[in-house]
Amino acid sequence: MTRADVTGATWRPGEGESRLLGPPLPPGYDPQHFFCELTTPRPGDGGALATIVRRLAALPVEELRRRAAAAERDLFNLGITFTVYSEATAIDRILPFDMVPRVITAGEWRRLEAGVKQRVAALNLFLQDVYNGRRIIRDGVVPEDLVLGNPNYRPEMQDFPVPFGTYVHICGIDIVRDETGTFRVLEDNARTPSGVSYVIENRHAMLRAFPDLMQGIRLRPVDGYGIRLQEAMCEIAPAGVDDPQVVLLSPGIYNSAYFEHVFLAREMGVPLVEGADLVVENDRVFMRTTAGLAPVHTIYRRIDDTFLDPTVFRPDSMLGVPGIIAAWRRGNVALANAVGTGVADDKALYAYMPRIIRYYLAEDPVLENVETMICREPEGLAATLADLPNRVVKPVGESGGYGITIGPRATRAELEACREKLLADPANWISQPVIGLSVCPTLSPDGLRPRHLDLRPYAITGRETWVLPGGLTRVALKPGSLVVNSSQGGGSKDTWVLVDE
Amino acid sequence: MSRALAVHAQTLLARYAESLFWMARYLERAENLARVLDVTQTFEASGRPSQAWESVVRINADEAEFTRRYGPPTPEAVRRFYLLDLDNPTSIPAAVAAARQNARTLRPLISTEMWAQLNVFHAWVSALSEEEVAGDGLSRLCARIKESVQLQTGITEGTFYRDQGWHFLQLGRFIERADQTTRLLDIKYHLLLPSLADVGSALDLSQWHALLRAAAGYHAFRRVHPRTLTPRAVADFLLLDAAFPRSVLLCVRQAEWTLEQLRSRYGLRATRGPAERIEELRAGLEERDIDRIVEGGLHEFLDWVQRMLIDIAGSVGAAFFRDWRPGAREPDQGAGGAGAEG
Repeated sequence: MTRADVTGATWRPGEGESRLLGPPLPPGYDPQHFFCELTTPRPGDGGALATIVRRLAALPVEELRRRAAAAERDLFNLGITFTVYSEATAIDRILPFDMVPRVITAGEWRRLEAGVKQRVAALNLFLQDVYNGRRIIRDGVVPEDLVLGNPNYRPEMQDFPVPFGTYVHICGIDIVRDETGTFRVLEDNARTPSGVSYVIENRHAMLRAFPDLMQGIRLRPVDGYGIRLQEAMCEIAPAGVDDPQVVLLSPGIYNSAYFEHVFLAREMGVPLVEGADLVVENDRVFMRTTAGLAPVHTIYRRIDDTFLDPTVFRPDSMLGVPGIIAAWRRGNVALANAVGTGVADDKALYAYMPRIIRYYLAEDPVLENVETMICREPEGLAATLADLPNRVVKPVGESGGYGITIGPRATRAELEACREKLLADPANWISQPVIGLSVCPTLSPDGLRPRHLDLRPYAITGRETWVLPGGLTRVALKPGSLVVNSSQGGGSKDTWVLVDE
Repeated sequence: MSRALAVHAQTLLARYAESLFWMARYLERAENLARVLDVTQTFEASGRPSQAWESVVRINADEAEFTRRYGPPTPEAVRRFYLLDLDNPTSIPAAVAAARQNARTLRPLISTEMWAQLNVFHAWVSALSEEEVAGDGLSRLCARIKESVQLQTGITEGTFYRDQGWHFLQLGRFIERADQTTRLLDIKYHLLLPSLADVGSALDLSQWHALLRAAAGYHAFRRVHPRTLTPRAVADFLLLDAAFPRSVLLCVRQAEWTLEQLRSRYGLRATRGPAERIEELRAGLEERDIDRIVEGGLHEFLDWVQRMLIDIAGSVGAAFFRDWRPGAREPDQGAGGAGAEG
């Protein structure tokens, strides 16, 4: 296919020059009708896109492979890994790293940043409302049972004030880009979103492996995350504590995200504790040190709600700290994220987010949702069933890309199974149209080829919200695959946000 | 920086202290075992193969487990047991794996360079082949294992922040090193005690040289004793020399100094228990000369030293590690530790 063939593709005309005037494509690279994060021309990039593509195209594929192998070996040796346990063995794996960066222009980033901040503000206002007055339910914007009947709704949170009304201190928003180049929110992660360590480590890996690729291109730095997080954790500490002791609470070395926990503790300069390191006495939290018990004021917890306190939630939890919720409710310790945020990032609630944003903020959403049918509503179920072969059907309670049926990829039998599940329990499902996710050149056995990707920016909120420039770009390494989750063969890329020139 | 912040920088999680102590012990153990295996080959070459390799098993108190799994201690079986057998908790790969496991726990605290080196060392040492441990490969392999631990020691010296954690790591290293030297001396002394026929023979001399080399002490010994090489002088050197880095007395003094640092600089009053015990051990070493020790029975004396070291380690654990609480009863020594004796 020649370049002229793709100029007629459905990217939004009038946003920039035509494909013919855009950067040259790497040899053999054809993004077809998908939006390409590197080769689709965009205004205001200061020529950076063309420079990057030219530099990439100048490198023989063997050289790319050599550097990729070296970069992955570094990640392995540095232990930037997650451990996969089976009955007999423990194998360390890296999150596959692709060296071709995904580029976001300054203008695009302004929009994404504003959209993420708006979304976080709406999530926090929603949580404050559902745990206090439930105005939004009384006003009929969100159905009551979707909130009160939600397994992640925590009655323990009712009428409990949190500093600045911030429930979601750390938020990850999954964003995709469709064939027209429009960014759309796919999912909110308001519990314990992971992956931010890879954003920073990928940049380091890139600087080691590819210093020549970014030469002269000015990028927004990503290394301020730890300091911002530490600041927010201090802001939410109990009143009257001058110099709060922050800790990160991890399930421990056997958790698959342990590397990230280590990374964040180090970036913040705080101890990484496990449940057994903490003890509650007189509704105050302490950690066990060599000099005895030392007070703890803010806990960034990377443990799910239900494991946090065996006296309140699951009594069999060995990971938690007995009495920690009582200490929190007495205002003697801060928890981030707050308990009960899962009621806001549920896939069923997601469909209501545009309405929630308008309700609390009286603004239109900066970032649109992916159009979503709610199968608990009869119209949504009917429309989904009528168009099943063209829709993506997702269970509302699962994460990690499990349980999804992608209509156009499904066999007749799979579609039939999906129909039965929908009819058996409609409330467990939503459906969305298939989005032609944007692509980016990615090193494959055949050279640089288009692979689909998404973006997860990370927002930190204490008194105010700050968004880490860029975020985690996840890439589906299999040709044509739309599933970017690391548990299903996904990898990641460095995300470059260009500085406004 | 406010005074309060400075205090924060100095607190140390009890669990971290425990892991530092054990990381150092396991690494020291791996290094010493490499030294012993290397030198055993020298003994083997001098004509007592089965006895020599059997002594390695005895040093580590592995007789029962070894016999159960491998039968009689042939050179090949002993090498496999200590270099290839990942299921043997006293093998070198197991010691390095345990050190790395502790290092994983410590990643928020230790330097990236310490972690990365240990991670790569572990990956290499857990995948050794039969060829690497056989024949002339053994000596090279042992040298590389020793160097890998020494590299870690050097990286630690050059990168690890010197607060409480550093002292707990040093404490583990000195206690383990003292223990390893007593084991080496105990077994070799008895194995090598000259029969009448051997006295002064070339065989006898070369074996005492080898023992000193296993402890990296041959040249230092020659400087101190240029004209004598008697079993008693070697025992004196390894046990009571005041300047040799692997002598029991020097290690005990260093451990005592480390405990004193933890008390005086970091205000850890719980050092009192272990400090009293270590003082008793140090005094016991200082007040005897080697003639008195040998006359009273070297084995019995070494046994006492080993029991004292176990006692000291136990009281360090009771004073500082995870289950310790002010005013609480001493915890069960076997429960929940990051490491285990043996």
